[in-house]
Order: sequence, then structure tokens, then C-alpha cells
Amino acid sequence: MGYCIPGSNTQISQYPNISISVKHDRNIFTQRTYHLCPNVHQQEPYGQLCVGDGFLLLQWALTAYQFMHRDTEEFFGFFKADALALLMLTTLSIIAIPAYFHSYIYFQNRKPTPRVRSIYFMSMTLLLTAVSGAYLSNHLAVTWVFVELTTLAASGLVYHHRDASALEGTWKYIFICSISITLVFIGILFTSIALQQAGHGELSYPALLEQATSLNVFWLRLAFIFIFTGYTAKMGLVPMYTAGIDAKDKAPSPAGALLSSVLMNMGFVGMFRFYEVITKTSLHDWSNNVIFIAAGLSIFVSTVYMLKVENIKRMLAYSSIEHTGLVMLGVAAGGVGYYAAILHLILHAFAKSSLFFQIGQVHRIFHSKLISETGNYFKYNLPGAIVLLLGFICATAMPPSGLFISEFMIFRSLFEGHHLIILVVVLVLLTLIIWAFGKNMFKLLFTPLAHFDETKKGKVYGYESVSQFVLLGLVIYLGFNPPAEMVALIQDAVKNLPN
Amino acid sequence: MINVLLITFAASLLYISIANRLFTFIRILAFQGIILFGVSFLELNEISPLNLIFILLETIVFKTVAVPMFMNYVIKKNHITRETEPYLPYFLSLVIVTLIIIGTFLISNVIEDPRLNKVYFVVALSALFTGLYIIMTRKKLITHVMGFLVIENGVFILSLAVGGEMPMLVNTGILLDLFVSVLLLGIFVNRIGDVLQDVDVDQLQNLKD
Repeated sequence: MGYCIPGSNTQISQYPNISISVKHDRNIFTQRTYHLCPNVHQQEPYGQLCVGDGFLLLQWALTAYQFMHRDTEEFFGFFKADALALLMLTTLSIIAIPAYFHSYIYFQNRKPTPRVRSIYFMSMTLLLTAVSGAYLSNHLAVTWVFVELTTLAASGLVYHHRDASALEGTWKYIFICSISITLVFIGILFTSIALQQAGHGELSYPALLEQATSLNVFWLRLAFIFIFTGYTAKMGLVPMYTAGIDAKDKAPSPAGALLSSVLMNMGFVGMFRFYEVITKTSLHDWSNNVIFIAAGLSIFVSTVYMLKVENIKRMLAYSSIEHTGLVMLGVAAGGVGYYAAILHLILHAFAKSSLFFQIGQVHRIFHSKLISETGNYFKYNLPGAIVLLLGFICATAMPPSGLFISEFMIFRSLFEGHHLIILVVVLVLLTLIIWAFGKNMFKLLFTPLAHFDETKKGKVYGYESVSQFVLLGLVIYLGFNPPAEMVALIQDAVKNLPN
Repeated sequence: MINVLLITFAASLLYISIANRLFTFIRILAFQGIILFGVSFLELNEISPLNLIFILLETIVFKTVAVPMFMNYVIKKNHITRETEPYLPYFLSLVIVTLIIIGTFLISNVIEDPRLNKVYFVVALSALFTGLYIIMTRKKLITHVMGFLVIENGVFILSLAVGGEMPMLVNTGILLDLFVSVLLLGIFVNRIGDVLQDVDVDQLQNLKD
């Protein structure tokens, strides 16, 4: 018995407490969720559900509000909803819905203590709030404060299981993120030294952009090195990528989905806003070289680990590193690469988060996330298996995936920028990545397991895959038929960069 | 006077590199807290009383009293052995930290900026790199935290160099200090001691590929 029929009477009558809950509930989203999957919330404490839904409503209200107040400075000029912020905020708001939905399913099957569950939801809400704040921030130091907050919030999610390996992952994550955040702070200090020399004290991005040409190159160079290195921890690039891998592995999969999509986008936004300032100065070429080195090494490192990785979640985490590397290649190559980079980020966030959501169900069936202990997924969960197959096609940028379009544009920008050696090397590495990704994914999907006790397999329902289909559908649709509004936003987001 | 204090701070970095007992390490950190208060008291002479209280709290109460006390508590509670257990001999550490200081000194000669006091720059960067060096070469997790605190002290000095005109940045830096230290020390050193006995890096090698 794998599927529950949305809205069917027989289903609801099996769960008498549903009607009581709905009566107290004025929230449309919750009602829909109940309808869709009455059995999910059976033993769910009502309060946390409300918090989650209330937060989602607020998040969407914030997104709508920011769309209406585009490009106006708010709260003493600390926040501004520019095009990049709006794009990323919308991406976050879309991914947040399935993230909460899958978290409820996750807890329904795990039954942790109320305390553990409260900490989880609190951390997740704090994480999403902090990430939204970092997107919208219009000030170098304000972005930094929100990035720091995400470390705290994410560590609550990573430490969720409270065992030795979760502790190890959390410790590494906090330690490396703390060092990186300190490096970013040093970068901000150097920037302010440069600003003081130029006779200004304002650290907001518009002021920095305006003053960029008069800033001392020496301090700016130091500042860029420190800020870039610092943000690589959140973004998932060489040198600080390591902490993120453990965090995505140890966090519950709905949280892992957020860590490998919206949080990485946040690192990008932080870095990108400072990069815009650098492009106005004579350091532009030099900074591109730095980015080329970091991005190239990231793709190389992710290839090496993808070939030997044994844990499916870690494999997805390394794949995220590869995609960030590609995004940064696009940024460094310039031209059409800027547009492609932003598009790639958005589409990758949808594709990767849907794969992570699906891995949660894989883990529930096989009670393992090791590649060697999973297999023949098609037999146990057909919709989920199609999600994984589609997700694999999307994440490796094969047509009809939208990532194919953005990746193709990135390669074009590399070609037009005469970075042929980088292009060839990256293409070879990508081929290896597709091979490794496919080998592991097809093992999971088709190879029957020799010693798998089918009586012990967990129960998975078909409706749990709906959100993944929607997200993957977005990846394909937005790639091939991007709405004019989105194209305009992306072009607006990269308007400050030279061609 | 500021220069004397800053040079004392640099000397304490050399002492840290050869400290072989954890308690010595903690005492040096407390001592650095006092130096930092002296420097900020002299440097930020046009400071508002509220800001002064804030800095006093951070340097004296937090860095000199609270953190060392808490570290002592953690070490005793978890029965951590008292050696710092470096991977490299102490003499080599001394040489390397000396080289770090000389290196930053040479870098600072490149700067042609009349507004910046170079002594600040040298001491701050030396503390930063010494902290990183300590993190890389010591085995125990608690020494990693101590290395991180050395980095934080360096950042504090750097923010003072800028902070004459931007007190907001000094305060932000202080908040970073408090936040991260509380997060690292308060939650995790404590928690790690409960889950794992005698904590060193070797025990944290299960997550890998």
C-alpha cells in the first residue's frame, strides 16, 4: 500500500483527529497539507506545525513585499531588495515549502523528543531568516552579521542526531566557519582602511561601488583575498569547502537540501557583491585569476572525491562543489558568463535540493546512505526512482535539463574569453564526474541488493515525491522557457559588471 | 606606551609558541586580555563612556577572567592531560613564530600609508598567523580553541587600528569575539567532553572519503 489518494474520504475517515485539527486551523497551506497527506501529521504536535506554516506565510509575504519595494533602501540603508536579492529570495521561498514539508515527514517517521524537534525547527527558521537577511543586505558588515548567524543556525541542524559523528561534523563546521567569518571580518577591516584613505566611512555597497576607483589598490587586494577565502566556506569552494561536506552529510536530508542550495547561494551573494566593487578597479583581471584558480581547483577536487565517494549524500555535496566551481568560472570569464552564472545558481538550487529531499526517502527504505548498501530503488519506490533519474539528468546538465543551457553558456563565455586550456580541462573533469555520478546513481536505481531484508524496509508514500517533481519541472521549464521577468531580473543583477 | 604594550603582546606570542602546559597557555591568554585593554584605553581616547564600558567588559571581564576560568573548568572536568602535545618540537615552533613576526614586519614595509600605525599591523598579522600555526600543529581540540582566541586577539588589535574613526567596527569585532567564543567553548568543548573522552584530533577522523 504505497499511495494515499489526496482528499479521498476513506483516507480521512481513518484519521479521526484530522477534522478536529483543521477546524482550529485557518491556514490554507496546512489545510492543503492535511488534505494531501492526512497520515503525516497524526502524532505531530500542533504548535510546531503552525510555526512552520506561519513562517512560510511570512517568508512569502516578505518576498512579495520586497518585490513591491524593489530597489528602495530600508532600515537606515542597511537593506535593499535589488535584482540579485529578489531572485535568490524567491528561490529560497520556493525551496522552503518542501523543506518544511519533508521535515514533518521526517519527524513523523523518527519520533524524536519534543525538545529535539523544537530545536530543529527553530534552527531551520533561523537559518532561512538569516539567509534572507544576507540576500537583502545592502551593507558589507550587515551581510557579515547574517552570515555569522547562519553558522549558528546550521550547527543546530547538523548536530541534530546528537551522536559522536554528528558532533564531529558540527565541531568541524563551526570551527571552520568561525575562522572563515573572522577572515571576512579582517577583509572588511582592510576595506575600511582603504575607505578611510579615500576620505569616506560608509561601508554600504552603493557607496563602495561609487568610491571604487579612488580606493587604495593594496588594501583592496588584501580585502578581496580575505573576503573571498572567508566566503568560500559557505559557498563550497576550495580552500574552505571541507566543512560544508560534513555538514550536508550529517544534517537530516531536508536540512541538507537547504545547506546545499540556499546557503551556498548566500555565500555567492556575499562574494559577488564585493566582486562587483573589485571589477571597477584595476584589480579586475587579478581577481579573475584568483577566481579561476579557486574554481578550477574546486572542480578538480570534486572530481577526485566523486570517483571514490561511498556515501550518496556526500556525493551530492561534492556535486554541489562542482557546480559552484562552474558558476565561478562563468563569473570570472565574463560576458555571457555573468548571466549564465546567476541562472546556473538558481537552477542548481532547485535540482540539488530535490535530490536531497529524495535521499531522505532512500534512507528510510534502506536504513543506509552508503552506495554499497542501497540498490534496486525502482522496485521499492517508483515515483522516487523517477525523481532520482530525472534529478541525475538535471544535475549532470544533460538536456532537457535547464542546467544544460546555463552550463553551455558558461562554456561559451570561456571560449569567447580565450580560456581554452581551462575549458578543455574542465570538460574532461566534467566527463569524469558524469561517469562517477551515473555509476553510483544507476547502482542505486537498478542493481539488486544481495543481502537486503525486504521485511525491514521502511514505508514510503508516492505523494512525498510530488514536490521534487515540481522542483525538477522548474529546472527544465526555467531553462528552456525563462519568463521575461526572470531574464530581466538576471540582467539587472549583473548590470554593474563590465562586459 | 602603546608601542610598548603592543611589543609585549608580540613577545607573548613567542611565549605561546613554547608553552608546554595548557595552564601556561591560559595564563598568557589572560595576560593578552589585559594588554588589549591597555591598548584600547590609550588608543580610543575620544571614546564615549558607554563604549568604554563595553570594551572593558570584553577585554577584562571576558578575555581575562571568564574565558580562562571556563577553560580551567573544562580541562579539569574532562580530565584533559596538561601537555599541549605539539606535532613539532618547541624549538622549531619558536623559530617559526619568529619567522612569522619577521615576515609580517617585512610586509609592513611595503605599505605607504601615513594614517596606519605599522606596529598595529605587524602585531595583528603576527597574531593571526601564529594562531593559525598553533591550530595546525597542536593535537588537542582545546588548543585549537586557544589558537582561535589568539587569532581573535589579533583581529581585535587590527580593528583598533581602524577603530579610531570607526568605533562601530570595533564593537562588531567584539561581538564576533563573544559570539564565536561562546559558541565554540560554551556549547562544544563542553559537549565534546561528554561524548568523547580525552579529546584530540585523532578522534575526529570518522567523517572522510
